[in-house]
Amino acid sequence: MIRTNKLVFEYIRRDEEGNVEGITRAVDDVNIDVKPGQFIAVLGHNGSGKSTLAKHFNALLYPTEGEVIVDGMNTQDGEKLWDIRQEAGMIFQNPDNQIIGQVVEEDVGFGPENMGVPTDEIWERVDESLRTVNMLEFRKSSPNHLSGGQKQRVSIAGVIAMHPKCIIMDEPTAMLDPNGRKDIIRAARALNSVEGITVILITHYMEEVIYADKVFVMDKGHVEMQGTPKEIFSQVEKLKELRLGVPQVTLLAHELKKSGLPLPDGILTKEEFVEELKKLKKK
Amino acid sequence: MLRDITLGQYYRTESIIHKLDPRVKIIGTFVFLIAIFMVNNALGYAIAGLFLAMNIKLSNVPVKFIFRGMKSIFFLLMISIVFNLFLTPGTPILTVWKIKITKEGLKIAVKMAIRLVFLITGSSLMTLTTTPNNLTDGLESVLKPLKIVHVPVHEISMMMSIALRFIPILLEETDKIMKAQMARCADFESGSIINRAKNMVPLLVPLFISAFRRAMDLAMAMEARCYRGGEGRTKMKPLIYKKRDMLAYLVLGLFLVVCIIFGRILF
Repeated sequence: MIRTNKLVFEYIRRDEEGNVEGITRAVDDVNIDVKPGQFIAVLGHNGSGKSTLAKHFNALLYPTEGEVIVDGMNTQDGEKLWDIRQEAGMIFQNPDNQIIGQVVEEDVGFGPENMGVPTDEIWERVDESLRTVNMLEFRKSSPNHLSGGQKQRVSIAGVIAMHPKCIIMDEPTAMLDPNGRKDIIRAARALNSVEGITVILITHYMEEVIYADKVFVMDKGHVEMQGTPKEIFSQVEKLKELRLGVPQVTLLAHELKKSGLPLPDGILTKEEFVEELKKLKKK
Repeated sequence: MLRDITLGQYYRTESIIHKLDPRVKIIGTFVFLIAIFMVNNALGYAIAGLFLAMNIKLSNVPVKFIFRGMKSIFFLLMISIVFNLFLTPGTPILTVWKIKITKEGLKIAVKMAIRLVFLITGSSLMTLTTTPNNLTDGLESVLKPLKIVHVPVHEISMMMSIALRFIPILLEETDKIMKAQMARCADFESGSIINRAKNMVPLLVPLFISAFRRAMDLAMAMEARCYRGGEGRTKMKPLIYKKRDMLAYLVLGLFLVVCIIFGRILF
């Protein structure tokens, strides 16, 4: 679905006169391969290059070196630009800054309008996508009267209405309260499992990645670790080095193991932890 | 509270005027303006006034709302009356010391006052019965012919509707910044006007920075959703003329003809 090949992206920093001050490598030699239908999570602390990487998938930024292939199309191919943007939808961090319409349904219709979809079909798509994110009852509301989580769900509906094959979410939960965060993650998982849309979730919340098929951990522009959530979270020490915390349950299990309890690595959920403890007790 | 602000002065109610296509209302207001500047006698003004009254009645908007707009132009109205009344040369009908009121002056003053009042009432009736959203859509459609002379009509209307969407957000933000500065002892309420203006600087600078940041984010979000100008774009809510719109055009045409015949040619 999405493949990057030795992707490098450099920011050129300039001083006030416009002279080159220095070059920052935001993304450095990244090779990833996302298969259709996968749920991918990209982890990393601030400034690790994960958002920059995400913007490459939607052809908002172009590689300095290397290439990004989205569904067989190179993002540097100018003719394919709009096809790529339609196939790889993008959700941003701040819900206020990505809602264009003054009424919820108009905002959802914005993407299809731009694509030149006939009027009748726009209405069908708007209905369908608002239903998918459970926002149908708010269709006539003004976005200003919605909560953060609801606004972000409207943004998701706006992307679904464009019928993408892949949705890239760039820290969609960073500005939301815990309830809103849960809603969005639930919506993302439903999109992935029910609609079969490839989801790439960029985040720094550990709890959000435990359901992913594959996790990439980024640091200083490199992909430092990759694997299933279990594989990633069994390396607690390495994650600490990268200044990333692990879910509390995983941390507790890890500490217990260090002090002598024979627990397995990479416990991700409370239920799992309780099961393992029960097993120990039986022995 | 701040986010309930609506721009313009849309009055929400059900009426035939509210339901009309925004293009009809824009063109209608324009025709009405032409009419009141064409007519030249009392009968003409009476017809225009009657037409206006009929529209107000049909629109179900309370009269006091319509005349609220009058407050803002009260000064302008007074100045125009006073100047016309005292400074027009002609046959005097009343002389007090050096000030003369002439017959011609009186005539012009009354005429100007009526025209101004009708003008404001007519255009505020339009904004009262049309949502800002519809208004931008209508304007885009009405101004479409200007595209030939390379006026970016679609872009202008897109900018207007985005501005409308962001007004409440920026207001809220202003409120937030103001409170943050007040918490650090900024004073926005006392002092001379100059001082107060100076005190606004720490409010405006962060506001502008955040507005620019928002604009950048929004531009990126629009691009990500395939926005590429008006070319090849379809409409979710296209403006389609209905029977009542055609009827309204007919009434409008009739009104203009009647106005010209009775207000200018016949008498």
